[in-house]
Amino acid sequence: MKGMTIIVKNVTALLAGLVFLYGCYIVLHGHLTPGGGFAGGTIIAGSFILLVIANGIQYFRLKKEKEESSMFEGAGILCFLLLATGGLLLSVPVFFRNLLPGGTPGELFSAGVIPLYNIFVGIEVAAALLSIFLAFVIYKTEE
Amino acid sequence: MDSLVPLFVIIPLGIAFIIPLIWQVTRGVFRFLPGAGMLAMAVLAFFMLFNLGGESIVYKVGGWEPVNNIPIGIHLVADPLSLMMLIIVNMIGLFAALFSIPYIDKYTGENYYYSLFSLMVAGMNGVVLTGDLFNMFVFLEVSVIASYSLVAFGSSRDELEASFKYQVLGGIASLMILFALAMTYWYTGTVNIADASEIIRSGTGTGTAIFIQLFLLTGFGLKAAMIPFHAWLPDAHSSAPSPVSAMLSGVLIKAIGAYAILRLFFSMFSLSIEIGYILIILSVLSMILGGILASGQWDYKRLLAYSSISQMGYVIMAAGIAMVVLVRGQDAGIAALAMAGGLFHMFNHSIIKGLLFLNAGAVEYATGTRNLKELGGLASVLPITSATSLGATFSIAGIPPFNGFFSKLIIIIAAVQARLYLLALIAVIMSIVTLAYFMKVQRHIFLDKVKSARFAKVREVPWLMSLPMVVMAIMCLVMSIMIIPGVRDTFLMDAVNALLSIK
Amino acid sequence: MIPYMLCFVLFLVGLYGVLTRKNILKIIIGLCVMEYSLYLFLAMTGYIEGGAAPIIDPANRAGSVVDPLPQAIVLTAIVIGLATTALLLAIAIRLYKKYKTFDIDKINTLKG
Repeated sequence: MKGMTIIVKNVTALLAGLVFLYGCYIVLHGHLTPGGGFAGGTIIAGSFILLVIANGIQYFRLKKEKEESSMFEGAGILCFLLLATGGLLLSVPVFFRNLLPGGTPGELFSAGVIPLYNIFVGIEVAAALLSIFLAFVIYKTEE
Repeated sequence: MDSLVPLFVIIPLGIAFIIPLIWQVTRGVFRFLPGAGMLAMAVLAFFMLFNLGGESIVYKVGGWEPVNNIPIGIHLVADPLSLMMLIIVNMIGLFAALFSIPYIDKYTGENYYYSLFSLMVAGMNGVVLTGDLFNMFVFLEVSVIASYSLVAFGSSRDELEASFKYQVLGGIASLMILFALAMTYWYTGTVNIADASEIIRSGTGTGTAIFIQLFLLTGFGLKAAMIPFHAWLPDAHSSAPSPVSAMLSGVLIKAIGAYAILRLFFSMFSLSIEIGYILIILSVLSMILGGILASGQWDYKRLLAYSSISQMGYVIMAAGIAMVVLVRGQDAGIAALAMAGGLFHMFNHSIIKGLLFLNAGAVEYATGTRNLKELGGLASVLPITSATSLGATFSIAGIPPFNGFFSKLIIIIAAVQARLYLLALIAVIMSIVTLAYFMKVQRHIFLDKVKSARFAKVREVPWLMSLPMVVMAIMCLVMSIMIIPGVRDTFLMDAVNALLSIK
Repeated sequence: MIPYMLCFVLFLVGLYGVLTRKNILKIIIGLCVMEYSLYLFLAMTGYIEGGAAPIIDPANRAGSVVDPLPQAIVLTAIVIGLATTALLLAIAIRLYKKYKTFDIDKINTLKG
């Protein structure tokens, strides 16, 4: 897979950043609008997948990237688990307790720890989807 | 003590995801991490079982209290039955994890192996703890997805094919369960098991309830590999690496198959004679056909896999007898006796079958084959494996004073008391058939004379592999104490009461 | 009632595909069809005529909203379905590499 024409490459280079930002927006506003960690993470992974499809598999020097993405995946889940366990360890021992103050409904900094969960889920989903995609791509080149 | 409940999910999940991150740094130590975690959880489960005294804990995740008596959060329920299952899961998991350390050395990607192994245990712990249907489905999927990839871990032809078959049938089963869940939510408006049970039992729509039950029975029957749904089990359990087979056969089909059937059909739906008879028919089919098919096998692990189907038949049959007795309005003591026999047999079978699969792994590790026709005369070169295997054989065939004898005896007595004489007769006959095919194993692998010159250099397996086998063989004998009245009450009857008294 | 029935029909179509097709990829597609029918069914169980999206909206606190629980269930089930499908495809690719075919009749080293 060598990549596509120069037009496609340039257009994707312009678009990928926007797609990535849109994914971040969806993740950060997960507690306010439909969407959240999973949907936003999928969009973020989509921006990377777009780059790989347009530029060919050499774009990321793939072996290394795959390890990194699975490392992000593990780290994302561990953070999530730590946050959930944090509720268990601090003051009132309840697993998955909402540690932080709620704030005003409808504002960006509200809903306690839910935005944090969304962010970690976003990281985890993006890394996992990218790992799956790269695993398939690398497998194809090993033929 | 309440806040200890979620630890059963946190510990294995944490181990599963920390291993790939720090594997490169200190490889040698972290191979012991899954075993250490499971040891801690088994001890914790014992501790909780002895301190609860038959009570049950309802743990509300996230601290969401019920509103107007309608539960709104996810509940974890730790009652004596789920604690007993937790002990089984984590104990067999500990032995299998220790056994894996030398066994899995020859594969690449060990870190992923330990990671998936912990993930599977996390899923099973979640399934037995949860009090919420959808949460049960999620944990069930976590454990089966981990087991799909563990079956395919060696990525040879057999393993990939077995894993694909397992995945397709397992996928259908999961979707059946999800469909039943959707129907339950549509019908009752809740996915909490305790809450749904009140609505189902007070409701009028028995037709809908039966429809849901049939879907659940198909789904969990596929997971538990009862006979018309058994096609994946012999392939998957015989192709997987041996410690994984021990987990699959010893624990997985019980935790996500038999346990879920017992839990849902006895605590969630109103008991009905039809479901009782269906359970009995399926279990009798499993016992007879599983036993007959096992007798004809020449692959050691395949024989063990068919034997698992046959032995699980006893457990489901005991549940069926209990249900029929309760619906007919006979003495509830008989139902409790049958259920105690079933749970005791489930406990025993997980130890015995775990041990037998570890034996098979040790034989394969030492000789490189598991074909009964090629092996022979290993008793002198593999003394520990041979001795432990003999103990497991006596135990599974029901020879006193091993534990298998007592659990089968209880089931047979209960069947006679419930005036289901035919079932008692079948149970006795299948016990003899079991003895027959395990004697075949003993004769062809450990006794007989050495058939091939290449077994001359065979050595006993490393100590990390023989230690779990020896401990499990001793447990086969020691578990007989569970029928002594004092021990029985804390350990077995509490679990039975937890299952049957919720009506 | 008819939409629910159609979901069940879709479920059966997927099951039929899984049971009768010989091509590994078609079997996987059949499983996906079964999954999607269930997502549809679950999403419909939570539907309320004229309901809004289940989000706290300061401007519209009185209006009826659709049931959020089935939506959460569907989202979780989608994630699980993603994992299952990815694993199935990975195994399918591996099988293709070993056997050079997608036909399950030719992939038969294991009997019974």
